[in-house]
Amino acid sequence: MKRINKKHPLAVRWFHWINFPVLGVMIWSGLLIYWANDEYRLGWGDKTILEFFPDSFYKALSVPFHLADGMALHFVFMWFFVINGLLYVLYTAFSGEWKYLLPDKKSFKEAGQVLLHDLQISKYKPPQSRYNGAQKIAYSLIILMGFGSLLTGLAIYKPVQFGWITFLLGGYEWARIEHFALTIGYVLFFVIHIAQVIKAGWKNFSAMVTGFEVEKVNETEIINITAETPITDSNQPQTL
Amino acid sequence: METNPQNQEENKLNRYIRRKTILSFSVLIAFFVLAIFGWKWLGKQPREAGALKPLRKVLNVNEKVNNAIFSETHLAKEYPKSAAIKNVRVNGNLGMNKDFNADNWKLIISRHPKISSSDSTLELTMKDIYTIPKRDLVFDFKCIEGWSQITYWGGVKFSDFITKYHLGTHSGKSFDTNHPEDLYKYVGLMTPDSAYYVGIDMKSMLQPQTILCYELNEQPLPMNQGYPLRLIIPVKYGVKNLKRIGYIYFSDTPPRDYWFEHGYIYDAAL
Repeated sequence: MKRINKKHPLAVRWFHWINFPVLGVMIWSGLLIYWANDEYRLGWGDKTILEFFPDSFYKALSVPFHLADGMALHFVFMWFFVINGLLYVLYTAFSGEWKYLLPDKKSFKEAGQVLLHDLQISKYKPPQSRYNGAQKIAYSLIILMGFGSLLTGLAIYKPVQFGWITFLLGGYEWARIEHFALTIGYVLFFVIHIAQVIKAGWKNFSAMVTGFEVEKVNETEIINITAETPITDSNQPQTL
Repeated sequence: METNPQNQEENKLNRYIRRKTILSFSVLIAFFVLAIFGWKWLGKQPREAGALKPLRKVLNVNEKVNNAIFSETHLAKEYPKSAAIKNVRVNGNLGMNKDFNADNWKLIISRHPKISSSDSTLELTMKDIYTIPKRDLVFDFKCIEGWSQITYWGGVKFSDFITKYHLGTHSGKSFDTNHPEDLYKYVGLMTPDSAYYVGIDMKSMLQPQTILCYELNEQPLPMNQGYPLRLIIPVKYGVKNLKRIGYIYFSDTPPRDYWFEHGYIYDAAL
C-alpha cells in the first residue's frame, strides 16, 4: 500500500531550483570582482590562518581575471536573484507556507537533538513534520542571509545614493566585508546542505523535484492517517 | 486479483506516481540543460563596448535606474581633515605622459561637442581657476577595484566654474536652474595627450561635491595625482576622477569613455 504525502508546492520548487544556478553565477561573478582587491584573511597580527584567496585557489578554478566581466554579470544576475527571492518570500508569506518554515521555541531544542543525532552522539531522532528544528532554523537563516546580501550589496553598489544603508552597516568597507562573509556563508551552507541531502536519501531529494513523498503504509494505519493528516492533497488519490 | 478494485486503484496510483516523477525530473533536467546552454551561449555573444551584448543591454537599463535614483542632495559622507590618509594611493598612469610640460599647460574648453570655431573654445590657466572660491573636500575615495581611502582634496566646484565662464549651456548663457533644458546632458574630459578620456552626466558634474581639484593634503597635486588640475567627483568611482585635465567639452550624447570601451558600465555611479 502506498500513500502520497504532498511536501513542497510547485512554486517553492521552482524558486529553489532557479535560485541554485542564479546564486552560482552571483558567487562566480562575485569572485571575479573580489579578486581585484582580494585583501581578506582570517588571522591576527602577522599570523594568517586562512587567506582569501591563495593563488592556488584562483588557479584551481581557472578564474579569468576580468573585473569588467564580473561586474557586468553580477549587476545583470542580481535582478534574477532579487526578484526570485522576493517572489519566494511573498509566496511563502501569503500561502501560509511560512508556518512550516519559521522556527519556534521548540525548534532550537529540536535542532540540538538533530545535531547530536547527525553527529552520531545520540540515537534519538526527533519527530519531523515537513522540516525538523534544525532545518527550520537553517532555511529561515538562509532567507535572512539573502536579504542581508541584498542590503550589503546595495550599500557597496550605491554607497552615496543609499548612504543611510551603508552607514547602518558600519560604513563602506564593513559592508563589503559583510557581503563577502555572507557569500562564504552560502558556500558553507551549500556543502552541509548537499551532505544532508545525500544522507536523507533519494526519497527526500525526489520530493524536492516532484513535490511529494511516497510512503508505504499498512491498511490499519491508513484509516487513522487519512482522517488526521493535514498535509495532503485533496485533489489527488491519497491512499489505497 | 486483477479485478480486485483495490488492486486497480493501486495500479492507478503507481502509474500516477511514475508519470509525475518522470515529468518532474524531465522538466528539472531540461531546465538545467537550458541553463548550461544559456551560459555557453552568453559566453559566445559578440561584445559591445567590451561587454557581452546581452549583458550590455541590461547594464544600459541599470544606468537608467541609477539615473532615476540619483539625487544631488545625496552627498557623499565628509570627514574631518584629521581622518585623511597621508600616503595616498596612486593607481593607474593612463594619460600621464612623461613628456608632459606643466609650464605649457592650458585648460582647453570647448563650449560645444566639437571645437568648430575659435570663439567657441576657451583657454584657461591655473590663475583663472584660482579666481574661483576654493572648496575643501575630505571623503572616502572609492576605486572600482574595491578599495577605498579617506582623502583630502582642494579645488573649485565645477558648478561655480561653469557659472563663471558661461559654460555647459546650448545658449552660451550662464546656466539657470529655471532652464534645465539649456544645459548640455554630458561633460567630456580628456588628458592633454588624449590617451585617457571620460564622459560624465551633467547632473553628477553639478553635484556640489564635484570639484576641479588642484590640491591634495593642502599641497599642490603631485605629478602622479594629475598636476596641475584633476577631477574629483565623489558620486563616481575613481575611474571617472580624471587626472591632469587637458580638455573639457560639452555634449548631449555620451562622450567617449575609456573604461566604458573596456566593458564597464558607462556611468560608474555610486
